[in-house]
Amino acid sequence: MVDSVEVKEMPPEQNSKAVVIGEHIVEIVSDSGEGAQKCGQSFAAISAKMGNGVWTVEIIPAEIQPPARSRAGASGIRIRIGSKKITNTGNEADLVVALNEQVPYGRIDQKAYHEGTIMLIENKWRTDDSEYIRNQYSDALVDFKNRGYKVLEIPMEEECLKIVKNARKGKNMWVLGMLVFIYSRSIEKGEAQIRNIFRKKSDAIINSNIQLFHSGYDWAQENLDFQFDIPVIESDEELVVMSGNEALAMGVLASGMEVCSMYPITPATSASHLLAEIFSKSGGLIHQAEDEIAAIGFAIGASYAGKTAVTITSGPGIALKTEFLGLATMAEIPLVVIDVQRGGPSTGLPTKVEQGDLLAVLYGQPGAVPKIILAAATIEECFHFVILARKLAEAFRTPVYVLSDTNLATGQQPFPRPKIKKDWFAPPIDQSPWKEDVKPYQWDEKTGLSKRPIPGQAGGQHTVTGLAHNRNSQVSYIPEENQESSELRSRKFASFQKTLNPPIINGKEKGDLLIVGWGSTLGAIEEAVGLAQKEGIQVSSIHLRFMSPFQPGLDDIFKNFKQVMTIEINYSDNKDNPQFTSSSRRYSQLAWVLRARTLVDVDCYSNVEGQPLSPNRILGVIKNKLGIK
Amino acid sequence: MYGLKSDLVCDLPSKHFSVEDYSKGVARWCPGCGDHAVLNNTQKLLKEKQLDPAKTVFVSGIGCSSRFPHYMDTYGFHGLHGRAFPVACGVKFRRPDLDVFVITGDGDCCSIGAGAWIHAIRYNMNMTVMLLNNEIYGLTKKQISPTSRIGTVSNTTPEGSIIPPINPIQTTLGVSNASFVAQTADWNPAHMYETIKAGFEHKGFSFIHVIQRCPIFQLSLGKELATNKDVMHYMEHEDGITVSEDIAKTFKHKLSHDPTDLSAARKLAMDTDKVFMGLFYRDENAPRYDEYGASNLGYTIEQKEAVLDAEFDKHAI
Repeated sequence: MVDSVEVKEMPPEQNSKAVVIGEHIVEIVSDSGEGAQKCGQSFAAISAKMGNGVWTVEIIPAEIQPPARSRAGASGIRIRIGSKKITNTGNEADLVVALNEQVPYGRIDQKAYHEGTIMLIENKWRTDDSEYIRNQYSDALVDFKNRGYKVLEIPMEEECLKIVKNARKGKNMWVLGMLVFIYSRSIEKGEAQIRNIFRKKSDAIINSNIQLFHSGYDWAQENLDFQFDIPVIESDEELVVMSGNEALAMGVLASGMEVCSMYPITPATSASHLLAEIFSKSGGLIHQAEDEIAAIGFAIGASYAGKTAVTITSGPGIALKTEFLGLATMAEIPLVVIDVQRGGPSTGLPTKVEQGDLLAVLYGQPGAVPKIILAAATIEECFHFVILARKLAEAFRTPVYVLSDTNLATGQQPFPRPKIKKDWFAPPIDQSPWKEDVKPYQWDEKTGLSKRPIPGQAGGQHTVTGLAHNRNSQVSYIPEENQESSELRSRKFASFQKTLNPPIINGKEKGDLLIVGWGSTLGAIEEAVGLAQKEGIQVSSIHLRFMSPFQPGLDDIFKNFKQVMTIEINYSDNKDNPQFTSSSRRYSQLAWVLRARTLVDVDCYSNVEGQPLSPNRILGVIKNKLGIK
Repeated sequence: MYGLKSDLVCDLPSKHFSVEDYSKGVARWCPGCGDHAVLNNTQKLLKEKQLDPAKTVFVSGIGCSSRFPHYMDTYGFHGLHGRAFPVACGVKFRRPDLDVFVITGDGDCCSIGAGAWIHAIRYNMNMTVMLLNNEIYGLTKKQISPTSRIGTVSNTTPEGSIIPPINPIQTTLGVSNASFVAQTADWNPAHMYETIKAGFEHKGFSFIHVIQRCPIFQLSLGKELATNKDVMHYMEHEDGITVSEDIAKTFKHKLSHDPTDLSAARKLAMDTDKVFMGLFYRDENAPRYDEYGASNLGYTIEQKEAVLDAEFDKHAI
């Protein structure tokens, strides 16, 4: 039996005075459909709007409606809030709001909580009609107490029912009110947030949600004797806050592309939702195709006849698009391909994070298919890389891939508001007459570059083909011509690499260990490396944004470190298992490529647990690699 | 000059296109292949309509017939097996000014590309589609196609095929939003020309099923179809596809069919013993996806900038 008195011992200060903390990690977990994510996103947005550093990660079950009150059904969100910039999901949570006592187990399985984590649990289950549930509830509370969590039972349902008939709708806003009190957030910003998220709903709905919000706030103020504050370090910089998928959508608009051809797939689809909304007002259109193959075919057709188009997908979609991706490279049709990676292979872990598509994107097609691959490491980069990708696609007459992942896709992060530039937007297509003596593939001998004739350009008539072809786009089976055209297509990417700078080293240029990362692990790796450096460990890191071609200078950087390893979220064989030998061990994806590229014995740490990597975990990997206890 | 008064000189089109302006290279299909007839009739139509070669795009998939765009001096897209439709739809989506033609074969359309075919019918984008059906895979050397008749002996069915074929007309008529479905044959060039012309003039997805002979792998079938006067039935109607009296006379069997009658069209399509020549169905009012695609063209960079800026405002802290 747990009583609420217990928590009274916990607060270190009087309830009138909030305890100042540098950062906290909050989780809200519930059954699917209870609005935990909306609550958490709002809480994050309010905090970001107050100027706090924020990082959110959604906790998503794979099914839309998994069984209620089950571990597997844990749905919700984690929000890490700090006074300073937050760059990753962090370690264990400090405070958890649970709408039933079973869903926290899904997170306990993932070691998401620590001794002392404050757990605020819906108490309606204590008096449930079912004896089974009542017992489950009291057993769990005893267990939580034994695990060292500070448990407090909250009458959420009871309080909500004073305002609404169905507490399931609106309880999340009551929780939001409670959290706004606990973390000394602005009530005005909270109200404004509610008005914004329900802007398409009736006034009655808005008002009832605001009432619930106030009820949660007032209840917490009267009944909780602890409160935190996470003060903000003032900054003049104008910030925006959004998810990675929203950033991708806005990047598409900012790039001036006008056609996004897609097929629904988790976790990429929500990018198209926002895009559909803003495209309709800005001269672009979403085409929801009949399948992944048709989606890219349509995008290629649109690109061929007009402005560069984009297709947005995830791993299984990339697999289906493979043949068209080869065609776009062969026929040199500009195209932007956004891959929001999820767990694989096959259907895998649709709602969980993995950086598992690098090799598929890099090597997926038969034959020589050189390409440009960009990997966004932050939500801000999700925005800017789409704009960059469109330009590169046109300049190099090629598909350009932008890799994101589930962490970035559903996370929220503030970043400096981009200053819009006119040259981001694609100009109108060239419809002037084609110069008579210029061939459709007038490859520059040195760079491999050529200009494409667009339908409508008089005199530029030719038939593009996926068959081997010569400068006139005529099918050619002449041995030398295929050799030459293949090489010229490859030269474009060597030319592109010459425009890149070497990656920036985080830390000293020499040391015992260099960590190489890519994608959404940036913040966690740099935080861990920072912690290690403070302990005197000679470790540095680099984070790659260009996966193909790589930025130059990797060999020179690697030379100055005794050991090099990648840290990634994808599969590798554990080298400590005796079954794996040096000749059979499979490396993580970037490690494979770096080993081949640099001939350095690059090691790796990776896993496919479907979770973001925490700084503590990475710190452990660093110490383990260097034999430090 | 020449004593002409300038006000007597009428405005001439800036360029007149001859058939040669639409043709390129020498078609490398087998002698006697039905593809030649389709190519000739198509070039003739382009000349008749004086289409600008720079604003005309031929899209194809893979197969014998899909080499077609290489023999046209227009823009062309010789893409992937089974994927002509998505590419063609993408081409047309934002380019109302382009005339789009799709050339596909029975394997390309009805087998590997069947999914895309169904949806392309539904999208009803303004394009002229010719399915060149010889009931066999030619390029890969004699395998059955989904349109091969029961009993077709091929390299993959040495004892004869056993599953009934797909009937492209029946299938197309079964898809919602079908707007133009016609049939012709390679050995009747005059009828084929009128059919392609009617298809081109229809604003929507004009599906033309061209029955054609493969002299290499389907020789006897082709002979039977082209010579047995009891197979071909000419569909007559004032709103249908009309050929000259001389040509009409060559048909032993004629019937009247109203192309607005979908049920009657479907009934005819199911009669697989006969080949009905002409227009099965036409609906001028079927919704067109290309009209949606062209509905918001021409936004300026300033307009886009404003929307982006407003969106940033929404996300501002």
